[in-house]
Amino acid sequence: MAVKIYVPKDATACALGSDAVADAIGKAAQGRGIEVEVIRNGSRGAFWLEPLVEVDSGDGRLAFGPVTPEDIPGLFEAGFPGEADHILALGTIDGVAWLASQQRLTFARAGWTDPLSLDDYCSLEGYDGLRKALKMEPQAIVDEVKESGLRGRGGAAFPTGIKWQTVLDTPADQKYIVCNADEGDSGTFADRLLMEADPYQLIEGMTIAGLAVGATEGFIYLRSEYPHCKAVLTEAIRRAEQAGYLGESICGSGKAFRLELRIGAGAYICGEETSLLDSLEGKRGLIRFKPPLPAIKGLMGKPTVVNNVLSLGAVSTILARGAEHYRDFGTGRSRGTLTVQLAGNIRRGGVVELPFGDSLRDLVEGYGGGTASGRPVRAIQVGGPLGTYLPEAHWDVKLDYESLAEIGGMLGHGGIVVFDDTVDMAQQARFAMEFCAVESCGKCTPCRIGSVRGVEVIDRVIANQERKFNLTVLDDLCDTMVDGSLCAMGGLTPYPVRSALKHFPEDFNR
Amino acid sequence: MNSSAVSLREMIESVVETHRGKIGALLPVLHSIQDQLGHIPPESVPMIARELNLSRAEIQGVIGFYHDFRTEPVGEHIIHICRAEACQAMGARDLEEYASERLGIAYGGTTADGKFTLQPVYCLGNCACSPSVRIDDDLHARVTSPKFDELISALEAQD
Repeated sequence: MAVKIYVPKDATACALGSDAVADAIGKAAQGRGIEVEVIRNGSRGAFWLEPLVEVDSGDGRLAFGPVTPEDIPGLFEAGFPGEADHILALGTIDGVAWLASQQRLTFARAGWTDPLSLDDYCSLEGYDGLRKALKMEPQAIVDEVKESGLRGRGGAAFPTGIKWQTVLDTPADQKYIVCNADEGDSGTFADRLLMEADPYQLIEGMTIAGLAVGATEGFIYLRSEYPHCKAVLTEAIRRAEQAGYLGESICGSGKAFRLELRIGAGAYICGEETSLLDSLEGKRGLIRFKPPLPAIKGLMGKPTVVNNVLSLGAVSTILARGAEHYRDFGTGRSRGTLTVQLAGNIRRGGVVELPFGDSLRDLVEGYGGGTASGRPVRAIQVGGPLGTYLPEAHWDVKLDYESLAEIGGMLGHGGIVVFDDTVDMAQQARFAMEFCAVESCGKCTPCRIGSVRGVEVIDRVIANQERKFNLTVLDDLCDTMVDGSLCAMGGLTPYPVRSALKHFPEDFNR
Repeated sequence: MNSSAVSLREMIESVVETHRGKIGALLPVLHSIQDQLGHIPPESVPMIARELNLSRAEIQGVIGFYHDFRTEPVGEHIIHICRAEACQAMGARDLEEYASERLGIAYGGTTADGKFTLQPVYCLGNCACSPSVRIDDDLHARVTSPKFDELISALEAQD
């Protein structure tokens, strides 16, 4: 019988050469007369080990990584695809501590399956949640999500069940489910991993959301920077339709849910839900005033659930295993699991899913293993380009919504970007303003003009021109942006700027 | 009307037909046109406007708002260099400088031989293995200056 060998087809794995590795394995096996079946699985998110090759030994999977095409002859010499005595051999995948110590709910299937195989998906609890939901009243589904304590994973952390309740309670002839897959924050890739490694989980979650609130149409708004993801989702939607999991009568229930993939066009602001809705309507992605909330007047003025990929992904697990199971993970008001992404200058980067409660230091030093450059960590930006830069004094903060807010930070979408001691924090502060200037939708003045002035003022501070005066102007400008901007883009841009100034003043005075 | 205008009109009519009736058909329409032609020719704007019953200003506004849409022809290969924080932490600032020098163009520019167009991008979702570069639809990880050089040389040799 052919030996099953898994080589991920995830975007990062491909960027590190996994296509060539898969080819080389096929050729080498053929040359040696070994019968193999190369399966392109999803990544487990241990990107530091990619390309991570796994062999089904009949008794667990043997892992090897990171593998390059040049390693393949040596691996076969050493006994691959059997138990090989080779420097890249990691033992069984269950023994890889970086993965084994995680608590994976949302990413439970990632890496184990061929992402596009519905059989693989269903063999690991896939569509169990939908089957349960089909037998429940809409209110009961919403109650289950409420009881789970799930809060939006996109950044704002709004309770998902309450949002759904509003949509359920708003009468309308048409309602919509919109998945925000415009994962624009630097240092985040968990949405991408979920969509590429386990696309049916998102599709199932959206279908359940449709049943819960009475919506028959859904849209995934995916950023154009993710072409791999587009290919996977397009095919997954097609297969789900064909198998009757999407369409006019889901699983023969007579209930309809249609799903369409839409591609953004390179605008960070479209990750903000109202801007995303305008973009879906074919307009410029301008921020809308709130109220009305999208849950009441959303897409085309109809009640709309707008949720992040991970929030909708969690829903299928919550329905399959019950609200209590999910809620039992976590701490305080942060329930369930936390997904963080270790990025930037980090030795062991990737996606880590844990119950809430670990500290930033545990993540960066423990899982991350410090910097990739080997130099000391100097600053950590948590929560994307609008998140604060944290100096060492704050690294013991617990990673949950409330603890980070207490020190003036935010968890956002869980991006953790590490910088070593060569970083120039004045340049990072300047970049925050520059990014806002490039990506502002332009609707409100504090964001549109404030960001441009912000770059200029920071340049004058760096050049030591009327330093004290310009620092006062910058402070005033930051106040205006925080208090006067319509959305988080202008309102949060001062956070990285001010934290850089406060914690690393020496960089502004060289 | 010359023949290229006729074929452009036919192409736009067929693209619009595919997306007609959809909510917010304009973005998918613009994407389709750009996928086929590499850019959105300015003369297509009034045609799209008529087909979708929108004003030319609305279409111009949408094209101008999104970074992806272009009204000028681009090079054979589009190179996106990630400028965002995670890549900065791994040397993206040096890489963008090197890339610009190596190709002899700034962001937004196209090489004289029409081979490469250089574009900035803010995150490619490959932040655990930075710096990241996207060439057409292929993603590349841990791109140092020598690796960038290799990638470009390989494409230059491809004629």
